[in-house]
Amino acid sequence: MRPVAVLASRVRYEEKRIFAALERRGVAFTHVDTRRFGAELEGAPDGPPEYAAALNREISHSRALYASLLLEARGVATVNTSEAIAVCGDKVRTSLLLRRAGIPTPRTAVALSPEEGADAAERLGFPVVIKPLTGSWGRLVAAVHDRAQAETVLEHRAALPSPQQHIIYLQEFVDKPGRDVRVIVAGDEVVGATYRYSDGWRTNAARGARSAPCPPTPELTEPARAAARAVGGGVLGVDLVEGPAGPLVLEVNHAVEFQGFQQAHGDAVDVADAIVSHVLDAASGARSREAV
Amino acid sequence: MTLTCPECEGPVLLTEPVRLSEVAQCADCSSELEVVGLDPVTLDLAPEIEEDWGE
Repeated sequence: MRPVAVLASRVRYEEKRIFAALERRGVAFTHVDTRRFGAELEGAPDGPPEYAAALNREISHSRALYASLLLEARGVATVNTSEAIAVCGDKVRTSLLLRRAGIPTPRTAVALSPEEGADAAERLGFPVVIKPLTGSWGRLVAAVHDRAQAETVLEHRAALPSPQQHIIYLQEFVDKPGRDVRVIVAGDEVVGATYRYSDGWRTNAARGARSAPCPPTPELTEPARAAARAVGGGVLGVDLVEGPAGPLVLEVNHAVEFQGFQQAHGDAVDVADAIVSHVLDAASGARSREAV
Repeated sequence: MTLTCPECEGPVLLTEPVRLSEVAQCADCSSELEVVGLDPVTLDLAPEIEEDWGE
């Protein structure tokens, strides 16, 4: 079999686990540092693609998106696909697809300028959460409790140079029980779930939230699986919050980090191995299509 | 494997096998470091977090 490409400019705990899982299974792989990757657009090389599949672990959303696009143009099966990356990297696109699929989410509004943002927040009803369209780890996410706070946050957003920061994405603030839920999905398989506990209102692992095993009940796994499917499928981290009326999907992450998740589950779950299984399935599917 | 932090010269512990582009943190000065060479293993300061980084 041709090698599997693992795209990553930063090799963290997760990538080391994935490399080890590939080695345990005897799968040939090439680590491609995406900072040093490029491809000509004029015609794919003759013969089969250079990689059996590409696992995209790039931490930069822009580089991840274009790396998958370039490899797909050369006939390489990608995990995740450029389509899934494009959707997950844009909270508006994600929310629209989740809504279309009938998946419960917090009430959401979008304002196309910071000036319109305060009125949109007022219509949604305080408290609201203002989030950037792209980005994760809870960065630049603000909970605002009244119009004055909203105007302050929006004034700062208006001062940021990127036009994308001037598109304002707002969600109702869901009063959660000090935790949220991360479900990791690979294809149609739910790898597992964790609670993420935090003393603050943001429960991102990157902000120091503590992970603990969460029973993967259908109430959580079914919306998570449906959300993964709605954004295009692949290896995805689905974040849910337990609202008063049931779980709501907050977002879907295309480059899922799983250090806290893995450490919470110990030997009961092997996330890296599940990811490798899914990549090998993608490679096998691509080989079948080439043979036709 | 223990290397020297390029920022503060403190000891930096890396778990083997060491991989290219691997990130590590110096326990002394908290600098984030990146493995930029394997033969010999060489550390440099890791790039700063960019706006579009994340999961």
